[in-house]
Amino acid sequence: MKPFDYSRAADARTAVATVAARPGAAYLGGGTNLVDHLKLGVARPDLLVDISRLPFDRVEELPDGGVRIGANVRNSDLAAHPLVRQRFPALAKALLSGASGQLRNAATTGGNLLQRTRCVYFQDVTTPCNKRAPGSGCAALGGYNRYHAVLGASEHCVAVHPSDLAVALSALDAVAVVLREDGELRVPVAELHRLPGDTPDRDTVLGQGDLITAVEVPTLPATARSAYRKVRDRASFAFALVSVAAVLVVEAGTVREARIALGGVAHKPWRATHAEQELRGAPATEDAYRRAADAELAAAEPLPGNGFKIPMTRNTLAAVLRGLSEPDPQERR
Amino acid sequence: MDAHLTLRVDGAERSLTVDTRTTLLDALRDRLANTSPKKGCDHGQCGSCTVLLDGRRIVSCLALAVACDGSEVTTADGLSPDGPATDTLPPEARRLHPMQQAFIDHDGFQCGYCTPGQICSAVGMLDEAAAGHPSHVTADLTADRVALDDEEVRERMSGNLCRCGAYGNITAAVKAVAHR
Repeated sequence: MKPFDYSRAADARTAVATVAARPGAAYLGGGTNLVDHLKLGVARPDLLVDISRLPFDRVEELPDGGVRIGANVRNSDLAAHPLVRQRFPALAKALLSGASGQLRNAATTGGNLLQRTRCVYFQDVTTPCNKRAPGSGCAALGGYNRYHAVLGASEHCVAVHPSDLAVALSALDAVAVVLREDGELRVPVAELHRLPGDTPDRDTVLGQGDLITAVEVPTLPATARSAYRKVRDRASFAFALVSVAAVLVVEAGTVREARIALGGVAHKPWRATHAEQELRGAPATEDAYRRAADAELAAAEPLPGNGFKIPMTRNTLAAVLRGLSEPDPQERR
Repeated sequence: MDAHLTLRVDGAERSLTVDTRTTLLDALRDRLANTSPKKGCDHGQCGSCTVLLDGRRIVSCLALAVACDGSEVTTADGLSPDGPATDTLPPEARRLHPMQQAFIDHDGFQCGYCTPGQICSAVGMLDEAAAGHPSHVTADLTADRVALDDEEVRERMSGNLCRCGAYGNITAAVKAVAHR
């Protein structure tokens, strides 16, 4: 591991000024991704500014009924929060499907969003990887690519963003509140992460020193229902092959509103805008759900090892929408 | 860079100077001679290094020691009501934590390497369940209480691997304590 200096941030503004002024500086939150990457030699900062004890540790109700989540709220605490469990089941379910109990106790909200988009080759410094070492090539293209992207990838990178939380937040139209030296910035979570293009070394639109301090989730329409479903190789503690977060409003058998985000299929949480358009005003039927999935997946480009993700995404999306449009046994109690 | 820090480990205050690259796991094992947390994968995937940090279960291999300055750490060694092992109290006289006794009663291990992590994780997990935290397999996310059946225990303990495959008996041991 490369040697680094460590400082515990006294306040957010000083932390931002420090990290913005020093290209080799990085923030430390829960550390569950960064410390692993320090050990692997993937991350090589020369200064860690520990922001984990800054007071961004509360979940608060917004005036409109939404929630404001401090960036340092741990994944486990957020999943257990009554407001989240009652109003945003997709969010609770996404958090609970991620990692393990120990990791959720350490991982923070901001850190979960800013974990690296990655694949096995990114984490193996003996292999070529354009994300880790720009210009070195992509070992996944001709290698093991079962877990990789089918949407929005480039010839330079086919890695996927592994967060479950970010997928749910994208579907929920959540907004990240970002502090930078000249003020505060609001970035929709759906626009926070980038597609790889020819600069896959950059995962997000944030610049050096930008600090996520909170995430705001707006309230849902009164009749909306939300869900998160994750398909993986193991029953627990595994990344998604495919995941679906959806918000659905159905009135008199017609879809009034659909918001859908897909995980495990792209370099970023993939907001399925084509499927959403297809669904608006469509009958709430299996046929319509499958047509919507097909509309989204028309642009999919599978690799040799991951063609299964296309039917898997279609089936998972249809199943989630079907579940959201069926009567809820819990609501009929 | 070196950093000075103070931890309260299994009830005793310990001050030390570490290279900033030192994980909590390595600080405990190599600097404080507490070999109760085990180094398995060293990448947060196996759970054998699980300890309670300020009462919550975490993997100590992914925590930098310097970031834990001022915290309270409980390892499997410190779970006994008599505190960690000492030269003055004979091992047979030392009482075990109920979870430790349950692992013995239910034969919840074979080689034993993952066991201290399993036990710390189980203790932390029962506190989470007692606080009403749902899991991925909890049918009703809004329920105040969770019933820890096999499926719940397995899901909540999925961060602890046992290469001997003692899962059936580990599940039984955890349930025995949970249902007391």
